[in-house]
Amino acid sequence: MQNVSVSVKDLSLSFGAVTVLDTLNLDIKDGEFLVLLGSSGCGKSTLLNCIAGLLDVSDGQIFIKNKNVTWEEPKDRGIGMVFQSYALYPQMSVEKNLSFGLQVAKVPKEEIDKRVSRAAEILQIQPLLKRKPSELSGGQRQRVAIGRALVRDVDVFLFDEPLSNLDAKLRSELRVEIKRLHQSLKNTMIYVTHDQIEALTLADRIAVMKSGVIQQLADPMTIYNAPENLFVAGFIGSPSMNFFRGELQLRDQRAYVHANGVDFDVSAYPSRAPFVHGQKVVLGLRPEHVRVDEAASGAAASHRAVVDIEEPMGADNLLWLKLAGQSMSVRIAGQRRYAPGTAVTLSFDMAVASIFDATSENRL
Amino acid sequence: MSDIVAFNSVADEAAPQAQTDRVIAGPRGRKPRRALSGRNIMIYGTLVVVALYYLLPLYVMVITSLKGMPEIRLGNIFAPPVEITFEPWVKAWASACTGLNCDGLSRGFWNSVRITVPSTLVSIAIASVNGYALANWRFKGAELFFTILIVGAFIPYQVMIYPIVIVLREMGVYGTLTGLILVHTIFGMPILTLLFRNYFAGLPEELFKAARVDGAGFWTIYFKIMLPMSLPIFVVAMILQVTGIWNDFLFGVVFTRPEYYPMTVQLNNIVNSVQGVKEYNVNMAATILTGAVPLFVYFVSGRLFVRGIAAGAVKG
Repeated sequence: MQNVSVSVKDLSLSFGAVTVLDTLNLDIKDGEFLVLLGSSGCGKSTLLNCIAGLLDVSDGQIFIKNKNVTWEEPKDRGIGMVFQSYALYPQMSVEKNLSFGLQVAKVPKEEIDKRVSRAAEILQIQPLLKRKPSELSGGQRQRVAIGRALVRDVDVFLFDEPLSNLDAKLRSELRVEIKRLHQSLKNTMIYVTHDQIEALTLADRIAVMKSGVIQQLADPMTIYNAPENLFVAGFIGSPSMNFFRGELQLRDQRAYVHANGVDFDVSAYPSRAPFVHGQKVVLGLRPEHVRVDEAASGAAASHRAVVDIEEPMGADNLLWLKLAGQSMSVRIAGQRRYAPGTAVTLSFDMAVASIFDATSENRL
Repeated sequence: MSDIVAFNSVADEAAPQAQTDRVIAGPRGRKPRRALSGRNIMIYGTLVVVALYYLLPLYVMVITSLKGMPEIRLGNIFAPPVEITFEPWVKAWASACTGLNCDGLSRGFWNSVRITVPSTLVSIAIASVNGYALANWRFKGAELFFTILIVGAFIPYQVMIYPIVIVLREMGVYGTLTGLILVHTIFGMPILTLLFRNYFAGLPEELFKAARVDGAGFWTIYFKIMLPMSLPIFVVAMILQVTGIWNDFLFGVVFTRPEYYPMTVQLNNIVNSVQGVKEYNVNMAATILTGAVPLFVYFVSGRLFVRGIAAGAVKG
């Protein structure tokens, strides 16, 4: 068991009558890259601000490096923070921005220079040191903002949607850089985002949040392949997982999800508990877990459908089909093209499907 | 390649000459606008009329102040001066009489300076810290404090005059410049605090958070982060205070003794003097002199103000 770096115990926060976080528990390992993922208003940024000490908690405790920091000032927590809007001090040069925190902490001049030049080297912003933030591009500004956390030699990096203000190309570039930074520094990093690609690519573990509650805390592949509940399943993946509401039926030694007149054979599904006949369930199928054949294949578990719309995306080709009275998406290789109206045969890999209870919405 | 050439030549032949002409003759480039359109005449006409309406009194003031008394007695107030004299200005500044004092407006001018400068500086200093604390450090009771402050702004001054006289007397500063400065500082507080609070609340909150993570405290953030970003609002506050305090008459006459009367009170005493003849030219000169300071502040810092806004517009 690795050492715990940041630990949140029974954390609650409410503004007046509105409860934002409710007895939340979270342990982050030393050197781990944890992503807090959720749509806006789910409390992910609030949680980060609590860890940073920028918000007072209503109840609970926060430990950083086994030290109770619940009542500590942000500067005494050993954290560095990177903000969405960069939050560079506009009147100061890049160098001043980097050294401001050290100057406040009365670090000796030579030490400041050493750390600033080291951070500038790591982030490759040496030529920009004399410039003002207004003379930098978005990507350069965010690099400086990361540098500001870097010079302070902190235990934990906190990122609050750092890439959301950048355009798509810069975002993917800086994403790689943040990952590289984490690999070389091996600091604990907590990263808030609403972008699932960022979450999946960067994280050691992802905490998917909704209304102040962590829905699932797991590594990206588990989150993607075995979502714990319907919310996580629908939130992760683009296009979204296909959902079929139906009823479990057990007959002839096999299990079926009967949805809108269509029987999905789910005998191969690795269910955690035995199926119960008549249980209302939701079957979830990722677009890439569907096999498409033009000719009718002999497989028993195949279904016939008609291509409605085709969305070629280069590497992939996305087909929208009608099945069981609803629209579903299927991802196939980019070179395989189907004209709208083409009849195709679908078969499903139930070993990687997800089935949820329709009422509790939890994974079966 | 030969195909393209062939195609081009075919296209050339196919395009009839008439069509080409029409394309060339058609509208191209910027759309011409007539300078003397009905719309323009309407707009500029209205502007000129309104401007004249407002400038006419000023014109009368200036030319009257440059005339000698015999010329004024002719009664034609719009006529330009036949003989320009600056004597009324000199008299208004240095030797016009109010009661027994005959040293003109100069005494009032210096009194006003001694009232306006400290009042402006102190009120802006306090109000900016107030606004900063209210906007960024949401302390317990901040909302209540702010509400009380704002309610204070809606109570008519006149209601508070007598209580303030008593308070100043008890503090031992009634009738002194200190007392008047104190009153001006307090009365500037609601509107200035509101002004600063709203400005600081409009600055990105993440800057404040970043500074806190960097370990800066209340005053460090105020002086190192907030102040350098707030030049425009300080200029606005200064214009408000300088013009407001300079033009104040009521507080000046109520809370000070005659030797400390500000320029406005002095002006009133000169203009409303009942002894001797009405010297309209001196009155006009005195009035312009009194109004000159706020006007000057407005013109000078107005430009600074615009520059400040423009500098602040660059996203940080």
